[in-house]
Amino acid sequence: MPIQEKDVAWIEEPELSFWEQTFLPAVAGGLKVAMQHTVAQHSVTEQYPEQKPDLPLHYRGVHRLNRDEQGRVRCVACMMCATACPAHCISIVAEDASKDWPDRDKRPQSFVLDELRCIFCGMCEEACPCDAIELTSIYDLTGQTREQMTFTKDKLLSIYDQTKDNPRDPVRTHRGRLGCASELERQPLSATSPKPPESPRAKKQ
Amino acid sequence: MSLLPLLAEGGSDAISSLIYWIAETILLGWLGIPLQIGIPLILIAATAAGIPGACSYAIWLERKLAAWIQDRVGPNRVGWAGLLQPIADGAKFLLKEDIIPAHVDKFLFVIAPTISVFTTMLALSVVPLGPTTVGDGFSFIIAPKLDIGIVFLFSVTSLAVYGIILGGWSSNNKYSALGGLRSSAQVVSYEIPLGMSVLGIALMAGSLNLETVVDAQAQGGLFGWNIWYQPLAGLIFFLAALAESNRLPFDLPECEQELIGGYHTEYSALKFGMFFLGEYTHVFTVSFLCSVLFLGGWHFPGIAEATSVGTLATVFKIGVLLTKVFCVLVLIMLLRWCLPRFRFDQLMGLCWKVLIPLSLANMLCVMIVREFELSWFWLPVSSLFLFCMAGLLSFRPAPPRSRPVIRAEQLIASHH
Repeated sequence: MPIQEKDVAWIEEPELSFWEQTFLPAVAGGLKVAMQHTVAQHSVTEQYPEQKPDLPLHYRGVHRLNRDEQGRVRCVACMMCATACPAHCISIVAEDASKDWPDRDKRPQSFVLDELRCIFCGMCEEACPCDAIELTSIYDLTGQTREQMTFTKDKLLSIYDQTKDNPRDPVRTHRGRLGCASELERQPLSATSPKPPESPRAKKQ
Repeated sequence: MSLLPLLAEGGSDAISSLIYWIAETILLGWLGIPLQIGIPLILIAATAAGIPGACSYAIWLERKLAAWIQDRVGPNRVGWAGLLQPIADGAKFLLKEDIIPAHVDKFLFVIAPTISVFTTMLALSVVPLGPTTVGDGFSFIIAPKLDIGIVFLFSVTSLAVYGIILGGWSSNNKYSALGGLRSSAQVVSYEIPLGMSVLGIALMAGSLNLETVVDAQAQGGLFGWNIWYQPLAGLIFFLAALAESNRLPFDLPECEQELIGGYHTEYSALKFGMFFLGEYTHVFTVSFLCSVLFLGGWHFPGIAEATSVGTLATVFKIGVLLTKVFCVLVLIMLLRWCLPRFRFDQLMGLCWKVLIPLSLANMLCVMIVREFELSWFWLPVSSLFLFCMAGLLSFRPAPPRSRPVIRAEQLIASHH
């Protein structure tokens, strides 16, 4: 349908008065704003190693493999996370578990996750039927070689051991029941981060 | 030689006495250097030692001011409040790998930054760096009693454009060449209003000597400062000086968004540091000139008058001059973050269509006032008159529109 004449609005530049045309009032206004900012010195900079950032609750960081109540790895080597991963960074080799653990068919003999290829999308966490793989809020885990950043099963389980008590990384494995995070106030990541935002749900306790 | 009458009396305050003492005992006594060369040599040494340090800390000040304006902090890791940052930057420039690309014209590539530094430092030799006296007496200038002071200054700063042109051309790539060409057009064009606005000052003071200009202002007290009599010339000089030193809003030759780095794209390490040094030295020279030509130099009513003598007076005079230079410098740095960059045709249009006719008309007014010996009260009046005339001449009423016209605010409001 062609454009109607009544739908077109012609906009012109605002007419400047004599003084405005010299642009000196505009320059003076700009200098005033600059001086106000200079004097106020209100800085929004976060001084990084001393002040850590306050991350959202479901921040997608480094992965971990969860353990169940008996301390066994939850993963049953179903390959759903490896299939779902868009970057193909998970490699799993399964082994028979029915002799030691009668309630399981398989467990992972090796679970290798290449953190350098990972895009931290969280598809593996969504796909897992056993709540075995989860993304924590650790963002500063680094390595010095490529081999160091290819995490094996032991490394991933060790991340679980380090973070399972951190209230920012609740273990989301109690299906049907709310996890420990629902009973907490929002906590800052560390004592030095700026004040935490308030959560309306926590207030209902 | 014009310096001979000075030599008989020594200095009237501790600082100039110290300089005389060093020149007499060390330079003349031990090394046999005559006083005519020795005293300027001491001042040259002081300036050459002071300017790179001052430029480094001007860069620190610029980074900090820019940060505060933008609600950031600026360098604060190296030393308290980042005050050792310039030292770290200097060490970086010295130790970085010095790359000379294979496709450049090697000789020109190497001498371009040196020309930039050389000419801007040479320009400092006629700028008063402290209290000055006309006639007998010690002046804190490297080349005192130079009766063509202003002309020398402008001729030397005109040479500084060679550094930029050669740097851009020898780099042998299109971005640098464009940056160099734009810069040469800009600098050469803005030389004209720069010189013509100052000629009005020279006409009023009766001499091209910078010491005479400062002395004339000091004799007149607070209302003897040239800014009251020639505000239009002051404004034109300030804008032209900003354009000469390639500062925003006139920094098209080196803008990152359009020309990668402009004429200094291919430079690394110390050569790049020298371009930076040359640019900031030019900014310092321009700030000194603004203070000396228009704001009364070392004079301040009550603290540093023309009649004050003695060591404390000299210290106050140096302090007043440096404070004025600092204020002009801060204004230049603030303007960088207030104004968008000029487009090249707007830049040229501003120079040739606005600043040159205004400065010509201003000079005409000063000539009329001097020739017919009118009261100097007519000078600011004529400045204001010229300003209004220029505005009215360029004021065009909106042409009649065939369609109904609405303003942008109305359109936005009608959509809500």
